[in-house]
Amino acid sequence: MTPAEILDSLFPAGHDVTTDGDLLFGRARFGDGIVHVVGATGRAPIGIDQAIRLSAAVLQIASSDDAAPILFLVDSASQRMSRRDELLGLSEYLAHLAKSLLLAEARGHRTIGLLYGGSAAGAFIATALACGTLVALPGAHPEVMDLASMARVTKLPIDVLEAKAKTTPVFAPGLDNLVSVGGIATVWDAGTSLADQLQTVLATPRAGDDRATLGAERGGRPAAARIAGAVATAAQG
Amino acid sequence: MSNIRQSWYEAGARERIAALVDPRSFAEFVGPECRETSPHLGIFNLPAQFDDGIVVGSGSINGTPVLVAAQEGRFMGGAFGEVHGAKLTGLLRAAKALGRDVVIAFDTGGVRLQEANAGEIAIAEIMRAIVEARLDGVRVVGLIGGRAGCYGGGGLIAGCCSTLIVSEQGRISVTGPEVIETNKGVEEFDSRDRALVWRTMGGKHRTLIGGADVFVDDDAAAFRAAATAALARPAKFDAATLAAEQARLERRIARFGDMSDATDIWHALGINDPKAIPDMPADAFATLAAQYRESADDAR
Amino acid sequence: MEILHFDIAAPMPAGGTRKMALVGVVASGNLEVLVERGDAADRCAIEISTAAHGFRDLWDAVVADFVGRRAAGGLRIAINDGGARPDTVSLRLAQGVRLIEEPEA
Repeated sequence: MTPAEILDSLFPAGHDVTTDGDLLFGRARFGDGIVHVVGATGRAPIGIDQAIRLSAAVLQIASSDDAAPILFLVDSASQRMSRRDELLGLSEYLAHLAKSLLLAEARGHRTIGLLYGGSAAGAFIATALACGTLVALPGAHPEVMDLASMARVTKLPIDVLEAKAKTTPVFAPGLDNLVSVGGIATVWDAGTSLADQLQTVLATPRAGDDRATLGAERGGRPAAARIAGAVATAAQG
Repeated sequence: MSNIRQSWYEAGARERIAALVDPRSFAEFVGPECRETSPHLGIFNLPAQFDDGIVVGSGSINGTPVLVAAQEGRFMGGAFGEVHGAKLTGLLRAAKALGRDVVIAFDTGGVRLQEANAGEIAIAEIMRAIVEARLDGVRVVGLIGGRAGCYGGGGLIAGCCSTLIVSEQGRISVTGPEVIETNKGVEEFDSRDRALVWRTMGGKHRTLIGGADVFVDDDAAAFRAAATAALARPAKFDAATLAAEQARLERRIARFGDMSDATDIWHALGINDPKAIPDMPADAFATLAAQYRESADDAR
Repeated sequence: MEILHFDIAAPMPAGGTRKMALVGVVASGNLEVLVERGDAADRCAIEISTAAHGFRDLWDAVVADFVGRRAAGGLRIAINDGGARPDTVSLRLAQGVRLIEEPEA
């Protein structure tokens, strides 16, 4: 689905979301209230120039008292890989964007990531994965690193990696694998009303970071919830 | 402690913790005897390590109780796997519950590719846990000066800390030099040009642009002293903090966004002889930096 | 991974009271050695996990040399091997035994 199709299905009562290059900003009417919309679209990399505009928008929403949810549409590449972005401290810009989303959430705005295309590596962490709830549309294709690059770094032939990817969801790219490790809460049905599915998410209160528990239930991340719990228990013992 | 200077760069994770905390104060959580190793490395016929490359526990620094974590950069490049990441997440959640400050000695290449999806989510969980602890008034102090630097998701986690202490060796970046070169070509970044790597990502540059707060020599005692001071700073994290960070990051792009090399930025900061910076001894550099640098002023 | 087990007579009992000692890291050409107290004071149990398959005889020789020369009785030793040479293995084993005899730091 295109961003326009997604927004039309999500917000039949209308919206004023506008594009600014590969970014989206705006608001929409939803039920009795509104939903804030930000987006990183067009399969574009996220560098310092994109991150700082997204964080500005998120912080402005965070400082408002409307307690309206933020919907973050994501179809990006990885972080921008350039000498200039690293020279100027890309890690700070991406962390700042993530912190802005987490602050908005702490101040009463539900943050919902909607992954409808790609995202990868640091860009994925700073956008979709920094939201309180992450949902995806079928066909979304998140990845930490593509298999070809992974083959270079691990010095394993790509066909060996492809064979291993069939036996475990823990390393290979793809929506099913990210669902299995608990990174994505739900995959929506593109054939029915997205508004109804968003309403369902908003009607379900969020109780802490449950991604490790989901990963254990789904089998993709067997140890994380247990280990984090064991450390936290030992520290408070 | 002895009077012999101990290199932070050369030390392992356990030696760094021993140098940081008060003698006999450290208690490890889920230590190597628990044998909580990676469930995934065997798929790649890679040997596990009993602590999965991170040591977490409690101790005191100059009598102040803290939670402490140290990554082992020699094992899998200090990368975040499922267990490795979960140990840090658990520690940070305890920090929030206890209202106790945390010191993290980073030494990481980022996500461990053999368990990339688990590592990626772990980084997101850690960042959330840091922010939730900081919102409750917990300090999270990051120390960066190890072999592996602080790359990938490690750089994003560092960006969530309340104070960052770096040595010259403490490189902070998202994409590493080799990965930029592989993806974008040697014209974009020549990863074999070590001087370029250091001045683009190293501790001196990060200190000068406000990406790090305190510059120290490659000396474990200096890291300990700086951590002690950081733990005494006000713990503030709220909307005003992030508004100030937004402003300083916007200002950085406005001031330096058209510059292509660190030496141009250092010159723009008012430093007359930027080419002398890389070879400058730590104390001389710290004095110079104090005069010319863009301080983050706790806006992080 | 290949897992090797040795449980052999160790005439010299280990000293000290420390429960556990850890030396080395898992890296190319290196290994970690976790030393703990076992059951029988005259035995030494060693478990090795290594990615380098087919070197049982070499490990056998290194282990036999170790228990013959060091106070390894009553110890339970676990090794994660990153492809270390025999001299490195011997060094780490000696360091592990020495560390577990030291007072708690």
